[in-house]
Amino acid sequence: MRVALLELLQFALLVALAPLLTGLVRKLKARLNARIGPSLLQPYRDLLRLLRKEVVLAPNASWLFRTIPYVVFAAIWLAAAIVPTFATGLALSRTADLIALVALLASARFALALAGMDVGTSFGGIGASREMMIASLAEPAMLMVTFTVALLVRSTSLPHIADYLLTHNVGIRISLLLGLVSLLIVALAENARIPVDNPATHLELTMVHEAMVLEYSGRHLALIEAASMVKLLLYISLIAAVFFPWGMARDLGDARAVALGLLSYGAKLALGGGVLALFETSIAKMRVFRLAEFLGGAFLLGLLAALFLYVSQGL
Amino acid sequence: MPGFATLPYDVAHVLDTLVLVLSFALLYQRRLFGVLTIYAWQALLLAAAAAWQAYAQDAPHLYITAGIALVFKAIIIPIALHRIIVYLDIHRTIETALGVGATLTVGVALVALSILLVLPVTTASGALTRESLAAALSVVLLGLLMMITRRNAVSQVVGFMSLENGLILAAVGVKGMPLVVELSIAFSVMVAFIIFGVFFFHIRERFDTLDIHDMERFRGERR
Repeated sequence: MRVALLELLQFALLVALAPLLTGLVRKLKARLNARIGPSLLQPYRDLLRLLRKEVVLAPNASWLFRTIPYVVFAAIWLAAAIVPTFATGLALSRTADLIALVALLASARFALALAGMDVGTSFGGIGASREMMIASLAEPAMLMVTFTVALLVRSTSLPHIADYLLTHNVGIRISLLLGLVSLLIVALAENARIPVDNPATHLELTMVHEAMVLEYSGRHLALIEAASMVKLLLYISLIAAVFFPWGMARDLGDARAVALGLLSYGAKLALGGGVLALFETSIAKMRVFRLAEFLGGAFLLGLLAALFLYVSQGL
Repeated sequence: MPGFATLPYDVAHVLDTLVLVLSFALLYQRRLFGVLTIYAWQALLLAAAAAWQAYAQDAPHLYITAGIALVFKAIIIPIALHRIIVYLDIHRTIETALGVGATLTVGVALVALSILLVLPVTTASGALTRESLAAALSVVLLGLLMMITRRNAVSQVVGFMSLENGLILAAVGVKGMPLVVELSIAFSVMVAFIIFGVFFFHIRERFDTLDIHDMERFRGERR
């Protein structure tokens, strides 16, 4: 019962915190640019406004176009819910598998690319094809990191990974460090952050994610925006769960442990948002054709991580 | 797994890894000044690694190695190369003999090779020595790779010096290496010598003379 309640708390927490995190990143970026920036609550207001607005559909939009926002949001919300955030043994922890996570994210991306092409505008098509290119480069890197962690812990279950790293003194390993760098690059690419895509632009030639969702309006757009906010939260939680699991509650019966888990999770999110804002301000967007090298680098680092694992365990 | 999860090893690990990652960053970077900055960071981390080993092994002479790495490699050489680039008005974008993607792939293959080499040799020693040695050997091989794949003299020199960083990394990681100090001094002098040697060689090759006057005339014509 308690487990189920806490799982529900996690579901609610994700949706409640995601806009705040996005607001925090925007605010920090604005401050770093010496602007005052919008309030931290602005993303909530944006979402509410979009929810109240009327949906404008192109005349040739099919049922796919109308259902996909719900599919995307549901897939990403579920994916985020299986990542252990503040505690390890929640109700969904049996399904919380890294490969399932990659699959959920991939299906959300596939649906969104279909929606981008559905209406038949050229921007949607460009956005979809670029998104697919980025995905085809980022996914192998993500899987390499998954394999590395799985080899180290001998499991692909996320709560088990976090548990193992919390209880066993693994120390700092070359493999884990390389995997962390690789996963950070993947996270930037998957969340359409700056060296790969610019989340704030509507400039025709550079946008990827925004080009795909250009035709959406009203509550559909609200859902898609919320989904990308939850996705950002998901990646920060994932990195925190796999590489920095400290503070996570292992005993759900202990209210103090749960409170500590919640507190440390909040601190990790704030820290992740801060690092992201700092990184995004200090770097320029990359040309689309250089992405292959950037993400290829992530894949190679993932491969190196797996290789070094054999050095330390080998023979 | 024995030998892990103690602070000295952990910190040494982090530093080794970062040096290796910066070797890859060198292969990835296309701008000359970017290459110099990354090289300076690598030397700084090498100095930190040497200092840490000096503290962890209680071997004061390694502090000297760290100092040499810090002063010569992290500060003087990058600044000198920077000034040479500005002075010689060299093209700032590096032409690579091989594409960046292909270079990185070869780089990973070289790391795999160095792991395969290190594994059978170090069966008796612990996992830490193995990982450190593998990382150091990889840095050496990546430096060689950088020298092969770059057409620009400056980046070739940087490749050579990053190779030497790998050698020192291997030397400081192993206990009881009193020769390290002398070796690193000798190497630093040699590095400086090679920097100028390569430059003079390239300049002479291009202008048939080392005379500054001829170079000025040449630059004047190009403008």
